[in-house]
Amino acid sequence: MTRAAPHIPAGRSRRVRGRPLLYTSYTQDMALLDTPAKKTGTAVLVLLAFALAVLLQDRSLEVLAGAYALAIGAIGLNLVTGYAGQVSLGHAFFVAIGAYTAAALSGPPGGDTLGYGLAELWIWLPAAGLAAAAAGVLVAPLATRLRGLYLAVVTLGLVFLGEHVFKEWDELTGGPGVGREAAVPQLLGVRLDQDGPLGTKEQLLYTLMLTLLIVFAVAARNLARSRVGRAFAAIRDRDIAAAVIGVPLTRYKVLAFGISSFYAGCAGGLLYTISGYVEPGSFNLLLSVQFIAMVLIGGVATVSGSIAGALFISLLQPVTRSLPALVPFISADTTKTPNVFQVETVLYGLLIVLFLIFEPRGLYGLWIRVRNYWKAWPFSY
Amino acid sequence: MALLTFEDVHLSFAGVKAVDGVSFEVRQAELLAVIGPNGAGKTSIFNVLSGVYRPQRGRVTFLGEDLLARRPYEIAAMGLARTFQNVELFHNLTVLDNLMLGRHHHFRYGALSALVWYGRARRAELAARAKVEEIIDFLELEAWRRHPVRLLPYGIQKRVELGRALAMEPRLLLLDEPVAGMNLEETEDTARFVLDIRDELGIPVVLVDHDMGLVMDLADRVLVLDFGRPVALGSPAEVQRDPAVIEAYLGGTA
Repeated sequence: MTRAAPHIPAGRSRRVRGRPLLYTSYTQDMALLDTPAKKTGTAVLVLLAFALAVLLQDRSLEVLAGAYALAIGAIGLNLVTGYAGQVSLGHAFFVAIGAYTAAALSGPPGGDTLGYGLAELWIWLPAAGLAAAAAGVLVAPLATRLRGLYLAVVTLGLVFLGEHVFKEWDELTGGPGVGREAAVPQLLGVRLDQDGPLGTKEQLLYTLMLTLLIVFAVAARNLARSRVGRAFAAIRDRDIAAAVIGVPLTRYKVLAFGISSFYAGCAGGLLYTISGYVEPGSFNLLLSVQFIAMVLIGGVATVSGSIAGALFISLLQPVTRSLPALVPFISADTTKTPNVFQVETVLYGLLIVLFLIFEPRGLYGLWIRVRNYWKAWPFSY
Repeated sequence: MALLTFEDVHLSFAGVKAVDGVSFEVRQAELLAVIGPNGAGKTSIFNVLSGVYRPQRGRVTFLGEDLLARRPYEIAAMGLARTFQNVELFHNLTVLDNLMLGRHHHFRYGALSALVWYGRARRAELAARAKVEEIIDFLELEAWRRHPVRLLPYGIQKRVELGRALAMEPRLLLLDEPVAGMNLEETEDTARFVLDIRDELGIPVVLVDHDMGLVMDLADRVLVLDFGRPVALGSPAEVQRDPAVIEAYLGGTA
């Protein structure tokens, strides 16, 4: 092999004035935010997101906090389905495991439902993730035997299995229609689900979710650009070739399910702290489909797309909920047809179909189109 | 000592004998060509070597170790790299990522380091990138570094696949029809790369191809197969004169 030319510096980075896109080291070339535009753009976005905590009303903050928690789950699903190509309809099951692990650990002992009184977030959050990850690792061997649709059907089975178990296991879940209190978010003795000197309940939870989302998103991006993320993509694109060039398929499929479920578990633990209440009926197929919709609408195999998809789906809900006031024949009553919930379900399906046909790369793809247009502007070619 | 020995291997699929008692060895720094009509068992031999097929009978050793008991990824880690007859690249990934994947088994860091990135993972990735750039330089792929491979022309895809195999830092390279479907210019480019791999990088090569001009020019030795059975093994000149070879290719006298 020819040696690297001596004038190419391997480690030291040098910035040349007026040449922001000139890279003089692999460090610069491989950076997550590799252009000045991405750096400033991301910084502005993050600052704005934190500023919203004081700018927005509590009602809006609550919706956004939920969206951020869902985004963590969506990133998880994107890792296993988008990056590693293992279609999973069982995401709601792993979210449920996280939600109940967190609720049981942090719940008050001696109540109607299981509780161990460990309300500190840094205890129950990793525990929720690990419990879900363990379930994911147990399910993963299926993925080494089944592919594509068959795997989707088997993971679909998980949701029904879980739904039944959670409805019957009253001691843990409180049973259907009753439910139980969700995980108690307490950080170093400060309750984040109560108004305090640091801010209102919504402000505290919003800031918590945003911070955690950033941590989880950066970790996922790191994973995606590492040997692990490349191995996932190799298995998705061509599994036999992946094995022949040295990727152990089983190990990486198990890893993909494990990490994805960890994200799902953490999302589950966090999500219900906002309403303070978990109902076993909420972990149904619709929740799994919502996650699939977030991934497909946001952008398959992109972390930013998962976040965009979660925001899109979450912000869609306040819009559809206001429909009865605008469109007279849509009812807010679940016993009547058509009601808002049916409209929502139809809308998810419709959006998935439309995105798959017109922009399979999702919102991320739309963004790429807009960006490329303006990069070349005023030249259209 | 022979690098790879392939002894009396029998592989059949429900009565169809794909490989029927083939033996050969690959020596250090040599280029062995395997030729034969379609269905002669050339690719099956490669699939046995890379662990995709398991033969019913026979012995295969690589670097003195038994290959048959091993899984494909273990064989890859031992230093046996291959390309495929039909390009088997990771189509949605860039050229750079495809080559980095070739180095998969050289990495030592795990998923936790990957999530954190700073530290072990970053150091290893930077070092790997420098190695991969040497291959990009060697195969003249600079212009396509950031392109997803599905958008590249066929000839370049073949070259990327060769690059991915080289990125594995193999001890032995198996090339399955590297010039299939290429025009004269691309064939000559590939021939030059194959010779450079043997002579400059010192990696022994086993080559399967139907382009007789290429095979006879490049190979040190040629193994001829027909219906899974070995017909001849020797230098290109010897093989070309062998009556059994002529019969296999042109048909014998009735």
